[in-house]
Amino acid sequence: MNEKDILILAVESSCDETAAAVVRNGREVLSNIISSQIELHKLYGGVVPEIASRKHIEKINQVIREALETAAVTLDDLDAVAVTYGPGLVGALLVGVAEAKAISYAKKLPLVGVHHIEGHISANYIENKELEPPFLCLVVSGGHTHLVMVKDYGVYEILGRTRDDAAGEAFDKVARAIGLGYPGGPKIDKLSAEGNPEAIRFPKAKIPDAPYDFSFSGLKSAVLNYLNGCRMKGEEIVPADVAASFQKAVVDVLVEHAILAAKELGTDKLAIAGGVASNGTLRRTMEKACAREGIAFYHPSPILCTDNAAMIGAAAYYEFRNGVRHGLDLNAVPNLKLGER
Amino acid sequence: MKILALDSSGLVASVAVAEDDTLLAEYTVNYKKTHSQTLLPMLDEIARMIELDLNTIDAIAVAGGPGSFTGLRIGAATAKGLGLALGKPLIKVPTVDGLAYNFYGSNRIICPMMDARRNQVYTGIYTFMNGDFQIIEPQMAAAVAEIAGKLNALGREVIFLGDGVPVYREMLKELVTVPYQFAPAHLNRQRASAIAALAMEYARAGKFETAEEHRPEYLRMSQAERERAARRQAAGQ
Repeated sequence: MNEKDILILAVESSCDETAAAVVRNGREVLSNIISSQIELHKLYGGVVPEIASRKHIEKINQVIREALETAAVTLDDLDAVAVTYGPGLVGALLVGVAEAKAISYAKKLPLVGVHHIEGHISANYIENKELEPPFLCLVVSGGHTHLVMVKDYGVYEILGRTRDDAAGEAFDKVARAIGLGYPGGPKIDKLSAEGNPEAIRFPKAKIPDAPYDFSFSGLKSAVLNYLNGCRMKGEEIVPADVAASFQKAVVDVLVEHAILAAKELGTDKLAIAGGVASNGTLRRTMEKACAREGIAFYHPSPILCTDNAAMIGAAAYYEFRNGVRHGLDLNAVPNLKLGER
Repeated sequence: MKILALDSSGLVASVAVAEDDTLLAEYTVNYKKTHSQTLLPMLDEIARMIELDLNTIDAIAVAGGPGSFTGLRIGAATAKGLGLALGKPLIKVPTVDGLAYNFYGSNRIICPMMDARRNQVYTGIYTFMNGDFQIIEPQMAAAVAEIAGKLNALGREVIFLGDGVPVYREMLKELVTVPYQFAPAHLNRQRASAIAALAMEYARAGKFETAEEHRPEYLRMSQAERERAARRQAAGQ
């Protein structure tokens, strides 16, 4: 191992994935262990915070042990411990935060608290070794829809955000309405492949004077109204067409806003991140649009789009280099703002 | 045997280090519930004062529930992280047993009660006989009336303690027919020193667990599980 290598153990427990990873120099993933609770939460049609927190406590030591074993390192080899401290479910976050603090304290290792979304953005560094700020990043997940300018490592400017539902939330709600169940994103993506995206014209919301902001609640209502209308008139509903048309409406807006921002800001690098970034239609549409505009397009593999700790280790490395250290009083901050220090 | 003990199950945050029959340090705070921010700094403070080398600890004892779900998990994750990092075993001490241990040696009936909301308390019934800790009713979630009935049936003098006492004091006065007292300030809340002392007994009996397998005993399902079970039961009938 190189003398100057920085080895970070990262822990993530902000929602329904218990995850730990060992990352070298921010970009080399030595291990990335994820214990998903998704099957458990399917019974309830969504993530139940108390159940998620209970599962995190049961799994966290095992996940950390596996991360260390897979990376073939011990705690004594580490330079820092990193942990997601927000945003997310407070009870879930607290498990990772308390665990990481105790490890950092017992091993006298520096502690680096990481913003979950900054982690998602940093997932792009792992497989794109040449990617460096500044670049534009569209963050889309079940809880977030942000258009972010990454000005430098650890320096973020939010250009646009959703005014109501997150993109992933709209996917979940529409999936439920057409009987696909939870989680909605992957199910709609799959079913859309069999449907006609031009079958139904759903509205694409534009916010006056805020060209980079998003709104998905009107689209969600339009889908629900369409379904009700069909049922009242006794018309046949083709779920694949509804899924494909809805997905197209979401993806078109996401891509249009991102490309508009890239052009106006004159950036030639655009990345996507977050759970919805593994959506096939979004990837293909964004890729085509970027190619047309001469913009380099970056995206993480699906495993790095989902909640994971490797991305937290990637973000933590640059925070660590910037001198960010947290104390033993670090708390979970469920509504932590992007770029807040 | 050197034991580090934590209790963050209720409103109180408490940490202690004990070696055999000596309490080396204890730090207990009953002021706002910010255990996530205070528990580890409290440990750090006493560890520095007693020049504690964490590697000399034999086990980490933790109040293992019941209690506030989040509070229990802060204690559990702290204990699990320490256990993982130090390679030391954990000792899970039932929270209500730990509270009862505040009255070590008493031949009265000891009845701790923690406010469990939803008109219940986490409680149990204990006493000491010839110095031995006797669990008459193991810890449970119960209505105050139910536990009062059990105490009346025993017909012996009772000492009450715990954060459920101020909440249900009037109800207890009404329902309890045997002689009783309410514990004074220095004995009526969670104390990590009591967790440590009871953990010594557990250690002597070989009752350890690994940091990996440790999880709190909530004594209650989550609300979502409870509602789902009720729906399924209703649908099945």
